[in-house]
Amino acid sequence: MFKIVKREEMAEGTVVLNEIEAPLIAKKAKPGQFVILKANETGERIPLTMADTDPDKGTITIIYMVVGKSTALFKTLETGDEYQDVIGPLGKPTHMEKVGKVVCVGGGTGIAVLHPITRGLKQAGNQVTSIIGARSKDLLIMEDAMKAASHELHVCTDDGSYGRKGFVTNVLKEILDREKIDLVVGIGPVPMMKFVSAMTKEYGVKTIVSLNPIMVDGTGMCGGCRVTIGGETKFACVDGPEFDGHQVDYDELMNRLQAYCEDEKECYDSFCTMNA
Amino acid sequence: MADTKAKKEKIPRHAMPEQDPDIRKRNFLEVPTGYTVEAAMQEAGRCLQCKKPSCVEGCPVQVDIPGFIALIREGDFNGAVRNLWTKNSLPAVCGRVCPQEIQCEGKCIVGKKDDPVAIGNLERFAADYARMNPTGELPPKQKSTGKKVAVVGSGPSGLTVAGDLIVKGHEVTVMEAFHKPGGVLVYGIPEFRLPKEIVFSEVAFLEKLGVKVECNAVVGRTVSLDELFEEGYDAVYIGVGAGLPRFMNIPGENLIGILSANEYLTRANLMKAYLFPEVDTPIPRGKNVVVLGAGNVAMDSARTAMRLGADSVKIVYRRSRDEMPARKAEIHHAEEEGIEMMLLTNPTKYIGNENGRLTGMECLKMELGEPDASGRRRPVPIEGSEFNIDTDLVIVAVGSGANPLLTQTTKDMQLNDWGYIIADPETGKTTKRGVWAGGDIVTGAATVILAMGAGRKAADSIHQYLSWGW
Ligand SMILES: Cc1cc2nc3c(=O)[nH]c(=O)nc-3n(C[C@H](O)[C@H](O)[C@H](O)COP(=O)(O)OP(=O)(O)OC[C@H]3O[C@@H](n4cnc5c(N)ncnc54)[C@H](O)[C@@H]3O)c2cc1C
Ligand code: SF4
Ligand code: FES
Repeated sequence: MFKIVKREEMAEGTVVLNEIEAPLIAKKAKPGQFVILKANETGERIPLTMADTDPDKGTITIIYMVVGKSTALFKTLETGDEYQDVIGPLGKPTHMEKVGKVVCVGGGTGIAVLHPITRGLKQAGNQVTSIIGARSKDLLIMEDAMKAASHELHVCTDDGSYGRKGFVTNVLKEILDREKIDLVVGIGPVPMMKFVSAMTKEYGVKTIVSLNPIMVDGTGMCGGCRVTIGGETKFACVDGPEFDGHQVDYDELMNRLQAYCEDEKECYDSFCTMNA
Repeated sequence: MADTKAKKEKIPRHAMPEQDPDIRKRNFLEVPTGYTVEAAMQEAGRCLQCKKPSCVEGCPVQVDIPGFIALIREGDFNGAVRNLWTKNSLPAVCGRVCPQEIQCEGKCIVGKKDDPVAIGNLERFAADYARMNPTGELPPKQKSTGKKVAVVGSGPSGLTVAGDLIVKGHEVTVMEAFHKPGGVLVYGIPEFRLPKEIVFSEVAFLEKLGVKVECNAVVGRTVSLDELFEEGYDAVYIGVGAGLPRFMNIPGENLIGILSANEYLTRANLMKAYLFPEVDTPIPRGKNVVVLGAGNVAMDSARTAMRLGADSVKIVYRRSRDEMPARKAEIHHAEEEGIEMMLLTNPTKYIGNENGRLTGMECLKMELGEPDASGRRRPVPIEGSEFNIDTDLVIVAVGSGANPLLTQTTKDMQLNDWGYIIADPETGKTTKRGVWAGGDIVTGAATVILAMGAGRKAADSIHQYLSWGW
């Protein structure tokens, strides 16, 4: 059992933070790695990339958006409640080295995943500029943390309610036009990663993205998480989750993420009526 | 002499009572319901009690077959299971899943003229009897040695090692990557063939003996092999199975609606997705399902798909019936349940719609040519024989390979060209000091009983090492 020691709601309750006791994982985990969580006996195994770890306290932090049955179930867990299973750390850690000028682009809960990577890249001696975005001001998360983790932070909202109006890619384009960038890290919704990668490809700037396909075991045993990278099939849980953004088949990934949409809806609806 | 005796008695082999195919093909209850006491004692009476029993030669772990059968005949069922346990710690499992027709029963003398003695059914009977009528008796445990053993993987081979070493007085911890122990017995083999309750009761028994079972422990990630030694373990056994799904590598394989058998069966069995939406894990319910391959894994997948409500389920296999590797009983059960066999057929590509969902598959007809390296006649494509099958769900069950997760992170342990761990066939010793391995991660995907046999040899060797050194 894995106890929740801290819980916070953000973005008007659509995003939830859990700090969870998991000493073995906390000791081992590196930025970019994920865990699989299962709330209870009948629960689904859900992969989430860690937003933070505290090896001394023996805790890990996850930040998730409530999008379906399983995350709705997670949301019902209060401080002091427990996850039945937490497995990790899984996947390959982010390769952090000094490359020079880096731009970190984050959207939605991808910002939570981007944060430890941004911090690590800054610590590794890079000049880090970050761009984070959300649909509106109320849905933006982790602005202060990202400000602290970067040398420079740009904030955009789709509706202009805060920061710059428009998409993160608008700001990214200005930066790419202005100076020579050595690395871009883009983490967020698949369409965002697709557009970021399309843009950086034009400028010939190396780009890393973190993929979130459907998973079961997270250890390379099922192949449910397969993604096409440069025409080759890879298992995101062991070969990734980070990949060269220019090689990813985003359209296939978007399709595959829809595989259980109807089931998911059925399950979510029955859960919501049950708890109404 | 044996023949005259058989002629005199002439009791036909007791058929295993089974659920009716039309009913069972839509439920997940176990198909064979087990012998009654009377049937078991009568079937036991068919055994000739040979002086030199050839069935025992056919058993990879040399179960004392005439011995346990004689005890069943006398009505001493607890005695029978105690006899079984001396060679086989999971008789309830083996009675159900061993390929008896090529092992013990294949060698049985009665089988020369008649149907062989139903050794597997009797083994199952004795084990089920003991589980249903527990005496609470535990095997004697030797006094504590203070040595610590880590067993990585909780499949049949790991469980065997754990059981053998705990009674020898060592401290044993089993580490399992999944959230439930049992390996393939839990995530792969379906409920209707091996009720999970049996596996959990075996694990509970080991825990009662003092074995610690740690789930959610991915060795190679949560903790490395070397760290286990740093934490004070004196020996490690690796029984992580052959958990790397093979795909066909033909165009369209990443369409929605194509799953590895590992994924499909894990969703169905471990995650109990057949109860969806009562449980949260979904599983695709195909209307026209195709399963690629013809081993046990393929039969299990096909029969699961049927139970999940498919209109049609086809096994597509590139060789002929004679080469199908599944247990005979499973092929028979599958056909009774209405599963179609499309033999000498090989898929060449998948066909999908604009949403990336599978709609069909193109196949080629094959014919048998010259024998290949395995001695089986090689299937060769018939030119121009392409045809399409409509399907909305394909389950790929064409074998599995070595999962590199643990071995990649353990530098000084030698692997063969296919990534399997090199281990001494007699002792299970790997090239890394203090580390043993066995089961599917050494042999490639094989059988429960071979995995257990390897576990037993390794446990003996580990015990020697802990007592005398490497
Ligand atoms: C669907 C199916 C049907 C089958 N039917 C039959 C049958 O009818 N008869 C028969 O004899 N055989 C059958 N087999 C084969 C048989 O199940 C295997 O040969 C046997 O289970 C192998 O045992 P094992 O202990 O080596 O590994 P497994 O049973 O594969 O167990 C390995 C365990 O190790 C865990 N693990 C893996 N990596 C790690 C890690 N890094 N850290 C911690 N844990 C890890 C896995 O999660 C798994 O639980 C079948 C196999 C399948 C898949
Ligand atoms: S373990 Fe398998 S091979 Fe041995 S006697 Fe039992 S059924 Fe036969
Ligand atoms: S999640 Fe099963 S192989 Fe990646």
